[in-house]
Amino acid sequence: MSHSLAVTVLGHDRPGIIAEVTGVLAELGGNLEDSSMTLLRGHFAWTLVVAADADPSEIEARLAHLVAEGLVVSVLPVPDADSSSTSGSPWLLTVHGADRPGIVSGLTGVVAAAGGNITDLTTRLGTGLYLLVAEAALPTGTDVEALQARIAEAAAELGVHATLQPADVDEL
Amino acid sequence: MGIVDGRIVMPPLPEGRVLPVVTAPAAVLSTPCVDVDPCDPGVVQLAADLLATQRVSPGCVGLAANQVGVGWRVFSLDVTAHPKARITHGEYVLVNAVVESASRNEKSREGCMSVPDFTGDVKRASRLVVRGLLPGTGEEVVIETDAFEARALQHELDHLAGFLFLDRVVGPHAVFPRQTYL
Ligand SMILES: [Zn+2]
Repeated sequence: MSHSLAVTVLGHDRPGIIAEVTGVLAELGGNLEDSSMTLLRGHFAWTLVVAADADPSEIEARLAHLVAEGLVVSVLPVPDADSSSTSGSPWLLTVHGADRPGIVSGLTGVVAAAGGNITDLTTRLGTGLYLLVAEAALPTGTDVEALQARIAEAAAELGVHATLQPADVDEL
Repeated sequence: MGIVDGRIVMPPLPEGRVLPVVTAPAAVLSTPCVDVDPCDPGVVQLAADLLATQRVSPGCVGLAANQVGVGWRVFSLDVTAHPKARITHGEYVLVNAVVESASRNEKSREGCMSVPDFTGDVKRASRLVVRGLLPGTGEEVVIETDAFEARALQHELDHLAGFLFLDRVVGPHAVFPRQTYL
């Protein structure tokens, strides 16, 4: 019976990593589900969930050449999750300002205190400029204006600029 | 004067100076600018300076006053040569401009001289009517435009309201480090 595995691959970027990992997974009968890959300060960073019969150690063994070249590879079983379990309405939190410790924890802390769940997050450090863009699911009935005021307050304390606005969905 | 053959006819301006462009996270970029007297000599000089700065900056199609560190509601624009532009009104500066109407949102990737490290996908109206004053005379003009000029106008008016395109990106996967290809 197939089970869900979380595969993470991190390290020095070069062409071909995704093709090699998916090649191994395909040979072992794995079915790729959700995945997200980006470059984080030039480091290859990929997390994916795969449905497979294979043993995690078997997959790791087949990816050993990547570990040998310095990449971090892990394969861990994860429980099957309901992918549509997030409730509430989608909102977009945008924060930018001078880099300093505590921006992400400060702003996401305000969202968490309101019962909001971050469902997607990107942070980037530019030249002296820190940027956070997050999608958050807010519980039905959230007093958004009050939350926006608390976000503005937290942002002012951190000396950054923050906005919380509805994540537009254009139904076609 | 005003708009002739679809082009804004600018009143004569003094010689412009090229000013340094401020980059985020400068506070002036996140602070709403204030309305000013379009006939004030300082405003007229600023108009000339914005145009001079815009002209020497490669790829720059618009510049808001707070991008050169001045908190006044003044911006310059010139999308004439841009491949994505349809209607264009030439090279001009508007003072105290406001959006009269906006419709037909479209998503496109934007960059900004004040945010040199990132680009981002932003949804903006592609049909736009903007009303503003010309520096020097204070004459009112109404600009009806579309496509890239509409986008550029909204980008500049956002600057004057204290917003960067970063505040308007459509999601966490809509902001990109500017790639440097070797
Ligand atoms: Zn800009």
